[in-house]
Formats: sequence, C-alpha cells, structure tokens
Amino acid sequence: MDISLKNVEYRYQVNTPFERLAIQDVSIDIPSGTFLALIGHTGSGKSTVLQHLNALLKPTAGEVVIGERTITSEKKQKGLKAIRQKVAIVFQFPEHQLFEETVEKDICFGPMNFGVNEGEAKRRAHEAIKQVGLDESILQKSPFDLSGGQMRRVAIAGVLAMHPDVIVLDEPTAGLDPRGRKEIMDMFYQLHKERNLSTILVTHSMEDASRYADKIAIMHKGEVYKVGTPLDIFSDPEQLIKMGLDVPEVVKFQQKLEKTFGYKFAKTCLTIEEISQEMPRFLKRGEA
Amino acid sequence: MKNSLVQIRNLSFKYDENADYALKDVTFDIYEGEWLAIVGHNGSGKSTMAKLLNGLNFPKEGSITVDGLLLSEETVWDIRDKIGMVFQNPDNQFVGTTVQDDVAFGLENHGIEREEMIKRVHNALESVKMEQFLDQEPHHLSGGQKQRVAIAGVLALRPNIIVLDEATSMLDPRGREEVLETIRQLKASQEMTVISITHDLEEAAKADRMIVMNKGQLYREGSPEDIFQLDEELISLGLDIPFPVKMSKMLKGLNIPVSKHHLSEEELVEELWTSHLKM
Repeated sequence: MDISLKNVEYRYQVNTPFERLAIQDVSIDIPSGTFLALIGHTGSGKSTVLQHLNALLKPTAGEVVIGERTITSEKKQKGLKAIRQKVAIVFQFPEHQLFEETVEKDICFGPMNFGVNEGEAKRRAHEAIKQVGLDESILQKSPFDLSGGQMRRVAIAGVLAMHPDVIVLDEPTAGLDPRGRKEIMDMFYQLHKERNLSTILVTHSMEDASRYADKIAIMHKGEVYKVGTPLDIFSDPEQLIKMGLDVPEVVKFQQKLEKTFGYKFAKTCLTIEEISQEMPRFLKRGEA
Repeated sequence: MKNSLVQIRNLSFKYDENADYALKDVTFDIYEGEWLAIVGHNGSGKSTMAKLLNGLNFPKEGSITVDGLLLSEETVWDIRDKIGMVFQNPDNQFVGTTVQDDVAFGLENHGIEREEMIKRVHNALESVKMEQFLDQEPHHLSGGQKQRVAIAGVLALRPNIIVLDEATSMLDPRGREEVLETIRQLKASQEMTVISITHDLEEAAKADRMIVMNKGQLYREGSPEDIFQLDEELISLGLDIPFPVKMSKMLKGLNIPVSKHHLSEEELVEELWTSHLKM
C-alpha cells in the first residue's frame, strides 16, 4: 500500500491559547515495499508525522494519501478502522500494552477486534508467535510471567496477527541489550522482505537507519529537512552534526581520519567492511 | 590504591521463592571516586543489583556495606542519603509541578531548613545547567533536561554515590551526551562515585572500571581494556564490541599495523597517523 504525505501541516489545540504548530509542509512518499527511517531529535515532529500514517491525526492542512483513501482537514472521516488494520503502529515499549490472561488471547485481541473469527485469530496467533522467534508453548502462558524481551516480542506478534501491509515502528529496540536489539531489527527486516511490507522505522540509531533503510527522512523543527538514500544523507555529516544529530560510527571515524590526514576518502563508507577495504588506498595516498 | 567505599559480599536474591536466582553469590567492591560501569544482557541482574544497593529490595543472602554501614531495614534511610538513584524513564520520576519544586521534594522529606533548601536547589540546578528553568513545568522539558533535573534532585541531597540505572537509554543522542557530560563534570568537581548500569558500550568504554554480569552472576571485573579483550565472548554474552575495537581488529586483519585494540576512535586515528608518517 502506497502512502504519501503532501504538504502536511498539523497544529495541536487549534483556536485555543495553547495552539502550537507541530509540523508544516511535510511531503514524503512511501511507495509500497519501502523501508523508510524517520530521524530527528526529540520534538522534531517525528511522532506527529507517525500518527498521520494511519489517520490517528488528521492534518490541519495538506493531505495524506493512504492507499485509496485521502485524508484532509475538511472531510469528515468514516471507516478509518480499515486503515488501522492495514497500517499498524508498534508504539514505544509495546509490552506495556499487554493485558490478557494468556499470550494467545492477547495476540487474538487485535484481529478479533477487526472482525476476524476466533478460529482464524488463533491460527494467526500460532503463525505470529513463530514469526517473532518464540515457541508456541508460550501461547498458554500469562504474558506477565515472561521476560521483558519476550513480552516485547509477544506485543509485536499481536501487531503482525492483524496482517498489516504497512508497519510503523516507534523506537522498537529501546531498552534492549545489544543482542536483543539486533535480533528484533533483523526480524523486522526479514518480515519486511518476506511479506513485502512497507516499514517505517522511527529511530535515534543512525546505525540502524543506515543498515536497514532504503530511504531516510530527516525531520528538523517540524519540517522535512532532507529525504534520501543512506548514502545521500550521510555524505554530508557536518550538516547533520550541526543540527545536533548523530551520524553512524563509521562515518564519524572516516570524518576524523580525513581531518587528521588532510585529504578525503574516495567515497563515503557506511559499513566497517567498506572502510577497511578503502583503508590501504587511503593510507598510501599521502606518499605520492 | 583507592579506598573501598562499598563492599558487596556473596549477594544472592530471588524475586519469588520458586523463581531462579536473579542474583547469585555476587562479590565485588566499589571504590571511592571511580566511575564503575555495570553491563550485561537483559535479565542478567544489573537492575536487581541497583535495587539492592539502596534497599528497594533486601538480599536473600550476603551483605552490602556502604561507607562502613551495613545495609539493613534499620540503616536503609541513612544509606539512601549516601546513594542517589537516577532511573530510566524521565517521565516517571517527576513529582513536583515545577523544576524547583521537584528538586526541593527530597529536601523537604529530609526536613531541611527553607533557607538552606533554596540554596541547595539553586546549586544543584546550577551544576546540571538547568538554573534557568526553575519555574518551568516538567512536561515542557526535553528528555535530557528532565534527566538532568532528576540528577539535580539527587545532588541536592549530597550523596557520595550516584547510581544511573540505564538513565540515558530513553534519550536521543543529544540528550544522552548532555546527561553524560553533566555526570563527568560532577564527578571531576565533586569527587562523586558513579555507578552506571548501561547497555551503551561506548559509554562503558569510558568508565574507570567495568563489571560484566551474566545470568545473575558476576562474569568478569576489570578495566575497559581488560573487558574488551574478551572480544567475541562479549557477543555470546548478549553484548557487543565498541566500534573502535571492531575497527582495530578489522584493520589488523588487513595487515595494517595497529598495535592494540583501541577503545577510542581518537587513539586509533592517532596511531594510524603516526605510523603513516613513518611509512
């Protein structure tokens, strides 16, 4: 499902003394199958953008096209439920939203809420629990007897069981240890490929953005500062750093080397393997 | 040799009689004025350790002695004066309606005189560079600012030890750097002892000493240099290797002369530059 934001503006609490412009003139295209990373520091408008992706918020100007539907400020919206089943958001710390007696019931809740019958919901629960790398035996346990990492996977399984076309991840690895982080991200990447999903990742991790995303959008002070491939984005690290954003470790390292040596690498390297390959050539260049 | 400030001896803890040990037979010391990083996978016992340290839970076996005082239900309040905690979620630790009320909260609980209280609140907020936010409401602050106010609340009570329980894990990179820089300055200017429980290995690499926890047990204790020699072993413990170490290894593999596994990018760049000049 294609999603497209066109000149979207959103103001909180319009016509009150507390009115506040959160985002303006935001245009981002997310064709079906895209892995988009949304970056920007706290308060840059990422969360506001995210809530437009499944019509939790309605723009105060501009339009949001989600598949066949167009959401604008004027139209009274009906039947948004269908959109929310197709575009699923995994919020931060999704394990805080678990509530049922068993893992199975918790996973079934979402699909049944969207009208799926119990038998089918259970079938999906079995499928989803395997997709998040847990054993089916866990389905009969209480979600509250699980470890934090397992709880997060269960919460994610609940989202997958709705069979969304688009999955929006808000800092999905916050609070996890390095292994947990890598496992969860690899899992989303695999699902992204296998199910041909669109994935939108809101993250502070430049490493993840550069590793997994086809496209990165940078938000700054409520506007889209730049959209491009990881290479486009990280080829100009100075600018990002000036905006108070981070760049991947590899890029930082390359920058430090270039500064010390007084000349540039042939290209911007995004992985440790790439920069290692370039290194012998880089080190020799000063000789000539 | 530095003075041992906290002695942790044969510490064991279970959350539930039938559960596995969350912490098992853990023994180590915390030295005065050091920055100690405690790392380990989720569920390795790091946070349990933090909770035992200031008496939020009591050990099943073993003992904790802080500055000569054995931790027990009788001494817990005296020990909490010595150990300040900063937790993970900045939104969960605000009690005041303004920044200064929040910092004053702990002091009020201790029955500190008003004059003294005002002085301490100002000093504490000054040392985390939040003195301009006295009358701001907490929800107008960024995550990093909130955590700095939480730190000020702890500082106002003048503890000797500050425990950061994943205090930067919910912050964006800028907020994280703000908080760490604040702590570094405090440590230098006030000779504070810092215990940082963290998943951030780049941060741990800058500590004076590290402890690696694994499945409730103390797996290894040493300087960051020692610990990061463990290399692939760290990955099998659910952890990772900091970037400069990975980079050093990779370059060595390509026969580029790198003398050791550097813990900072600056050091590695420096060595590459020096050897380049000699080529």
